[in-house]
Amino acid sequence: MNAMKFLFAAYIATWVIHGVYLGTLVRRFSRLRQQLKELKGSGFRRSAPGFPPGD
Amino acid sequence: MKRLFPILSILTAVLLAYALYEALVVAPTDAQQGDVYRIIYYHVPSAWTAFLLFFINFIASIQYLASAKPSTKTAAKWIVIAIGVVGVIACFLPQVQHLLPKGMRPSAVATTVLAIPAFYFLIGKFFPGERLDMLALTSAEVGVVFCTIVLVTGPIWARPVWGIWWAPGDIRLTSTLVLWLIYVSYLVLRRFSNSAQTQMLAAALAVFGALDVPLVYFSIWFFRTQHPQPVIGGGGSMDPRMLQVLLISWMAFLCFAFLVCWSRFRLEVLRREIEEAHAMESLVGTGEAPSKASLPLSRSSR
Amino acid sequence: MNSLWAVTLATMVKDIRLEWRSKDALNSMLFFSLLVVVIFMFSFDPLAEESRHIVGGLVWVGFLFASVTALNQTWARELRNQVLDAYRVSPAPDNALFLAKALGNFIFVSVLEALMTPLFVIFYNVQVLGPAWQLLPIAILGTWALVVNGTFFAAMSLRTRSREIMLPLLLFPISIPAVVSMVAGTTAILTGEESAHFYIVLLLTYDVVFTTACLALFGMILHAE
Repeated sequence: MNAMKFLFAAYIATWVIHGVYLGTLVRRFSRLRQQLKELKGSGFRRSAPGFPPGD
Repeated sequence: MKRLFPILSILTAVLLAYALYEALVVAPTDAQQGDVYRIIYYHVPSAWTAFLLFFINFIASIQYLASAKPSTKTAAKWIVIAIGVVGVIACFLPQVQHLLPKGMRPSAVATTVLAIPAFYFLIGKFFPGERLDMLALTSAEVGVVFCTIVLVTGPIWARPVWGIWWAPGDIRLTSTLVLWLIYVSYLVLRRFSNSAQTQMLAAALAVFGALDVPLVYFSIWFFRTQHPQPVIGGGGSMDPRMLQVLLISWMAFLCFAFLVCWSRFRLEVLRREIEEAHAMESLVGTGEAPSKASLPLSRSSR
Repeated sequence: MNSLWAVTLATMVKDIRLEWRSKDALNSMLFFSLLVVVIFMFSFDPLAEESRHIVGGLVWVGFLFASVTALNQTWARELRNQVLDAYRVSPAPDNALFLAKALGNFIFVSVLEALMTPLFVIFYNVQVLGPAWQLLPIAILGTWALVVNGTFFAAMSLRTRSREIMLPLLLFPISIPAVVSMVAGTTAILTGEESAHFYIVLLLTYDVVFTTACLALFGMILHAE
C-alpha cells in the first residue's frame, strides 16, 4: 500500500500542475478583458476573435 | 465554431476520464513493479506530448527565421524537401539499416522523417507571418508545462521502484531535464527582452536548443555506458495490453494539449491586438478611434 | 576573406590594447578566479581518496563561473560611446566583430585558466595518471565551446533587462553537453580509468556546430534594436 501513495501523488501532481497553468491563463485573460473594456470606452473596435475560442 | 470549444472540452474530459479508468482498472498489474508502474500512463504520454510541442516550436522557429528574406525562405523550403526525400530513401538502404536499433522498422523511421517536411508545410500554410511566432511561443509554453510533469512524475516513479529519486546517468530523464532548462531559458528571454527583434532572438535560441539536443543525448549516453545506472521507466518490450492503454492515454492528453494550446494561442492574439491598440492610441492621441479597426500585423523592419 | 581576417585582427588588437591599458577588469577577474579556487578548496576536501575523481568537475565549474564574469564585460565597453552603432553602419563584415570578440574572450579566459590551473594542482595534489597531452585539446576545445556561445549570448543579452543574469541563464543549458564532455574527459585523463577520445570528438563536433550557428545568426543579433 505504501507504493500506491506514490501512484496517487504522481496523478495528483500532474493535475495540480495543469490546474495552476490553466489558472494563470484564466487570470491573464480576465486582465486583458479588463483592458479591452477600458479601450472600448475610448472607442476602439475589436476585430479579432475572442477568448476562450468560440467567443 | 462558437460551440466547438465547449463541445471539444467536454469530449476531452470524457476521454481523459476513460483513459484514467483504463490506466487504473483495465490495464494489467506489472509482474515486477506492482501497481506503481501505472504512473507510466501519465509520465510517458506527457513526455511524448512535450517532445511533439517542442518539435512544433523548432519547426515554427526555423520557418520564422527563414521567412525574413525571400532567398532564405526558398532555400529552407528546398532543404526541408531534401531532408524528407533523402531521409526516406536512406531508411531503405542496407548500410543505414545496420545502424538502426533492433526492432525498429525502416518504414517507421521513414514515416518519422517525413514528419519534418509535413509539419513544415502544414505549419507554414496555417500560420502565416506573425502567427508563426505566436505558435512558437504557445508550443514552447505548453511544452514546458508538460515537460514539468514528466520531471515531477519521473522521480516519484523512481523512488518506490529503484529506491532513488534521481540517477544522473538515466539518459531519458536527464535529457528531458536539459530540454526543460533550454525552453525555460527561451521563455525567460521572451519575457525579459525589450528589443524590437525579441521574436527573432527567441527563434535563434530555439534553433540553438534544437541543435543541442542530439549532443546532449550523446554526451549522457557515453557517460552512462561508462557508469551503468538504472534506467527509470524501464526499457524493452511492453505487454500489448499495456501499450494499448498507453496509446489511449496519449490520445487523451493530446486532445487536452490541443485545447490548452488553442486557448493560449487565442490569448496571445488578444494580447497583441490590445498592445497594438495601446500603441496606436499613444500615437494618434486620446479619444479617437483608429480608422481601421485592425492593424496589419507586420514584423518590425530591421 | 582577406578583409574579414584583417578587420578581425584589428578589432582584436584594439580590444586587447584597451583591456591592457585599464587593467581594472583584468585584475578583478584574476582575483575572482583565485577566490573561486580557494572556496572550492575549503568546500570539497582535497585529501579525500576520491578527490582525483572530482577535480575535473571542480576545475571546469571554476572556469565556467570565471568565464561568465569575463564574458559579461565583453560588450559593455562597446555599448558605451555608441561603438556598436558605429560598427553596424560600417561596411565591415558582421562576422569580423563576432570573431574578434570571441577570440579576444578566448585569450582572456585562457589567461584565467592558466592562472587557476596551477592553484588547483597545488591544492589538490593533482597527478595525471592518463595521457596528459590529451588535456590540451580538451582545454582548447572546451574553452572555445564556452566562449563562442558565451560571446553570442552576451550579445543577445544586451537587449534584455537584468543583462548580467541573462547570460548564464541562456548559456548554461546550451553548454551542458560541452560541460559533460569537458568534465568527463578531464576526469578520464586524470584517473587514467578510461579513454577521453569520445569526449574530444564530441567537443570538436559541438564546437563546429555552434561556431557555424553563431556565425550564421550573428548578423541578425548585431542589427537588433
